Amino acid sequence: MKNCLVVDDSKVIRKVARHILESLDLSVSEAVDGRDALTQCEESTPDVVLLDWNMPVMSGMEFLQALSGAKLTARPKIIFCTTENGISHIRAAVEAGADEYVMKPFDRETLESKLTIVGVI
Amino acid sequence: MELTPPPGPASRGAARILSGLLEARTGQILSESRAWRMETALKPVLRAHGLADMDALATRLVGYKDSHLENEVVNALLNNESSFFRDLQIFDMISRHILPRVQEERSNRVLRVWSAGCSTGQEVYSLAIQFSNDVARWRGWRIEILATDISSAAIEQAKSGIFSQMDVQRGLAVGDLIKWFEPSGDDWRANSRLRQMIDFRTDNLFDARAPIGEYDLLLCRNVLLYFTPERRQTVLRLLARHSHPRSVLLLGAGETVIGHSEDFIPHPDFRGGYGRRIATAGSEPLRKVV
Repeated sequence: MKNCLVVDDSKVIRKVARHILESLDLSVSEAVDGRDALTQCEESTPDVVLLDWNMPVMSGMEFLQALSGAKLTARPKIIFCTTENGISHIRAAVEAGADEYVMKPFDRETLESKLTIVGVI
Repeated sequence: MELTPPPGPASRGAARILSGLLEARTGQILSESRAWRMETALKPVLRAHGLADMDALATRLVGYKDSHLENEVVNALLNNESSFFRDLQIFDMISRHILPRVQEERSNRVLRVWSAGCSTGQEVYSLAIQFSNDVARWRGWRIEILATDISSAAIEQAKSGIFSQMDVQRGLAVGDLIKWFEPSGDDWRANSRLRQMIDFRTDNLFDARAPIGEYDLLLCRNVLLYFTPERRQTVLRLLARHSHPRSVLLLGAGETVIGHSEDFIPHPDFRGGYGRRIATAGSEPLRKVV
């Protein structure tokens, strides 16, 4: 079973995402910020990271930069999942290495579509 | 078989009048699941005209010959559900296998596509994106994309190229979003280059005027399921008239020509695609049925 790491400082968002992802036959782990996510990735690299942009301690973009220098067994797919819906943010995320981008609010169909595009499901 | 509209807050009589209007205008019959959603689908129409319920709407339609109101009812009852790159493997097959084959065979460097029942346009915009992302392959070619639908509202939306945030997140890769779309308020709009590639027309498959000549690729996906077997035959005869011996027809998942057409057979090379049964002189016939 493939694993998705949900990185969001909102407990509600993590809960909603977990519910959807588990219904798509993915195992789910959670991180509350970028630092927490980086630690978890170094311990066990997930197949895909669902990544919020604005978080305390370490933001999504900072996590992405740190991830590129981290020693991982494999590079996870990165799907930004954020309320930052402007095209400049989307471009910046893609240029920083994000594979996909979800604009909040999202639903099951959106997450399923994006996970299909990145080849996780 | 005609499905009886369900009993509900509105009378069965009103539901019959409204579903009868839909069938008369479009040939579509309301499936049981759509019939149950009739009142929800018509709520915006009721609100716009200050009508209390479906009974009042049916009474207005019967009492007054109001073609604008009829159009609104028909547009509201049609199912315009669509998404970008719906059934991704079909678009992969089109891009990697079908179009290269057509390209080999067309010496005049003209490629013609007809999407019959294009809804709000996501399917043909997906095709236009595929062509545009592969510009080197198609340099020097004229690509003609005709997209037709019975719903004037769906065609107007398709022409505008405007899609909601939710729409563009279903099936569209982020790379294609930032390359081919631009923000339009809270929505996103296909750029002018993409929009200009497609000729959108309101057209009825049972009185078709928009298609002219033969098309290399015909898409009629998730359309036949709304018709009776007799009407499916009629539509497939129309598609056959606008195809040539090497054309490829693609239907929706769960739709088939088998039992509905003597003109098409499952394509030997393209799984899920259909080709013409009879080849004309000088053309290589389809080799086998898979």
